[in-house]
Amino acid sequence: MNMKVMSRAGRSKRWSRRPPVNRTARLIAAGTALLLGAAACGTGSGSGGGDSTGGDSGGGGDQKVVKAAWVYVGPRNDGGWTTAHDNGRLAVEKEFGDQVETDYVENVPEEPAAAARAIEGFARKGYDIIFTTSFGFMDPTLEVAKKYPDVVFEHCSGFKTAENMANYFGAMEEAKFLAGMAAGAATENGQLGKVNAFPIPEVIRLTNAFMIGARSVNPDATMKVVFTNSWFNPPAEKSAAESLLDAGADVLTQDVDSPATGQVAGAAGADWVGYNSDASKFAPQAWLTAPVWDWSGYYIDRVQAAIDGTWKSGSYYGDLADGIVDLAPYGEAVDAKTKSQIASMRKEIESDQFEVFQGPVRDQNGEVVVPEGETPPLEDLLGMDYFVEGIVSKLPS
Amino acid sequence: MKPAGGLRPRLVKRLLPSRRIRVAVRLIALLGAFAVAGIFLQATGRGAGAVYRAMWTGSFGSPYGQAQTILAAIPLIFTALAVAVAFRMLLWNIGAEGQFYIGAFGATAVAYSAPDWPRWLLLAAMVVGGLVGGALWGLIPGALRAFFGTNEIVPTLLLNYVAILLVDYMVNGPWTDPATLGFPLGKPFSESAILPLVGNTAIHSGIYLALAAALSVSMVLSRTAWGYKIKVIGSNARAASYAGFSIPRNMVAVMLLSGALAGLGGMVEVSGVVHKIQANISPGFGYTGIIVATLARFSPIYLVPMAVLFGALVVSGTELQTLGLPSDIVLMLQGVILFFALAGELFVNYRLVWRAGTVSDHPSTPAPVSNRAADLEQAG
Repeated sequence: MNMKVMSRAGRSKRWSRRPPVNRTARLIAAGTALLLGAAACGTGSGSGGGDSTGGDSGGGGDQKVVKAAWVYVGPRNDGGWTTAHDNGRLAVEKEFGDQVETDYVENVPEEPAAAARAIEGFARKGYDIIFTTSFGFMDPTLEVAKKYPDVVFEHCSGFKTAENMANYFGAMEEAKFLAGMAAGAATENGQLGKVNAFPIPEVIRLTNAFMIGARSVNPDATMKVVFTNSWFNPPAEKSAAESLLDAGADVLTQDVDSPATGQVAGAAGADWVGYNSDASKFAPQAWLTAPVWDWSGYYIDRVQAAIDGTWKSGSYYGDLADGIVDLAPYGEAVDAKTKSQIASMRKEIESDQFEVFQGPVRDQNGEVVVPEGETPPLEDLLGMDYFVEGIVSKLPS
Repeated sequence: MKPAGGLRPRLVKRLLPSRRIRVAVRLIALLGAFAVAGIFLQATGRGAGAVYRAMWTGSFGSPYGQAQTILAAIPLIFTALAVAVAFRMLLWNIGAEGQFYIGAFGATAVAYSAPDWPRWLLLAAMVVGGLVGGALWGLIPGALRAFFGTNEIVPTLLLNYVAILLVDYMVNGPWTDPATLGFPLGKPFSESAILPLVGNTAIHSGIYLALAAALSVSMVLSRTAWGYKIKVIGSNARAASYAGFSIPRNMVAVMLLSGALAGLGGMVEVSGVVHKIQANISPGFGYTGIIVATLARFSPIYLVPMAVLFGALVVSGTELQTLGLPSDIVLMLQGVILFFALAGELFVNYRLVWRAGTVSDHPSTPAPVSNRAADLEQAG
């Protein structure tokens, strides 16, 4: 049990929650140089492969092949979190062709010795850049990074960095907000249900963002929440989803990795908002949309930097505007009006005219936690420990 | 009597299996396991030879691999010792996993309350913390079994969850590191709470504790009166009773020792490897320890190389993935080894003979009487 307790929890300390002037959440620390070079090649533009290398000829003839490795916490076909990362890896292969060689290990336990062994295995084999994609890999990544100063490491969802170790994550709350709008519009009785992994700040924040989004189109909507205490446990997710339907919910969503919630919703004729990856095939009738990760842009940028020799450490916290978080294609149950509402909110978010947690925000007891006209300070978002108005269930205390 | 078409295999008990037989049978079983697994591997299209070569390089064939293998074996030595000691009295301790966690818990409590003690003193106190924690966790099912006759398997198993959740609670609350922003990792240990490394290697000095534990357990079991007592109780409780040995008292003592050994393993893991407390400190060492102990025939000495073998299997697991094999292949290999080893035990105690009873050279000769009866039954 508990193998994934800590995966992808945590947050960048240098989280760039919108400094008032330059409002793009991009590479913060030292990454600007990288972006100047790499932004042009952009996200999977396809043609960029050959001519993107600085000095060398277009063919990249005698250039060293860059070896990039990924360390996954789950199976790469989990249909969610790890699948999203593996799609990013495949995008790197496609983008760079013969210039890169990629590899991965999956199902790596978060037990520190085993995680360090998997990471060090790649470092020893001469890999140039290693991505580790679970919160529990943070300290093992740092430990290996210290031993291999010539290898660069990228850790997802943590907060520690080193000279040769960067971290990266994204503002999923923006996509959760938009997905919440779809749920709020779809519900007939105003009751939503959410299957959650752990009562940790990340999950609480995303749950709140979803609720706020739903109430922005359906002010009376309420939501019940069930925790499974695991990121990936299809049977527990299934029974949690069933209990939410029994309690009256007619739209379900999730902060867990498997599509079990959707299968339950589909069988009962309810609607479903997924998470992490496009999983519409598991329940096409129920499918509304899903907030999803698209790591390909970031991975291509970073591997490009490794190829060019311009890689620098830093903390990356991408958002909707960067494309690292997104919405999956809509299902048939989403009507045209909702789609256009979501599209216009999306524009406001991308242009920083709107923030998910801008005041007034009330907690579930009706107390104002973020006053009108304010946005919560960084540490409040990082350590969010309350449910917002509309969420019926209480947090375990 | 000549072999003929009517031959049938029979199992005949070996009266006193010789040492040579015991060693040979087990070696053959191990080779057989690798051979059968090799057929599977060949079927995956990667070639068993290449896979085994990669496993060898990844585990024993390089200094790095050797260090990793030993590091992976250390926790298994402790949990296997815990299982082996309990089994001396035919007690199944399925709770080494939980005792391991509680040992880590006890050691951590010491490490956090006296971080500034000199290293030798703090480490010694942490050892005591680990031993006491594990022993208490062994005491509960031991006492239940000794005084109320409760089967020990279910309580030891269920206490695992209690221990794991207790550690979860501590790292989510009282022991959480404020720097992790509310996520379940404990504060880093102070320098003096960390086991030093052995020389220039990556191996921490917990290896000495593991070997010392195996040796002392072996000595206690084979060279002391108490060791003899529990062996007698294990072989024949009624006879032991007649001899005046107190079964309940010894049962409690054995479970205390068993739990303490696993608890020491937990201490060594947090102090030597993790350097803090957190969830997921064990990916099931307590359960793998059962397999290791079983394969070593519950011998505190033989379980050491067996733990190293399992350490090598675990370590080479990630190596195999980079060959394009699924991560489950190592689990399959462990399963095959266990299966063959258990089958091998049969042949340590029995031998297979091809016997045809009353025999002649003609294939058409009727089967021996005893079997013919069975044939008739089948036909009719």
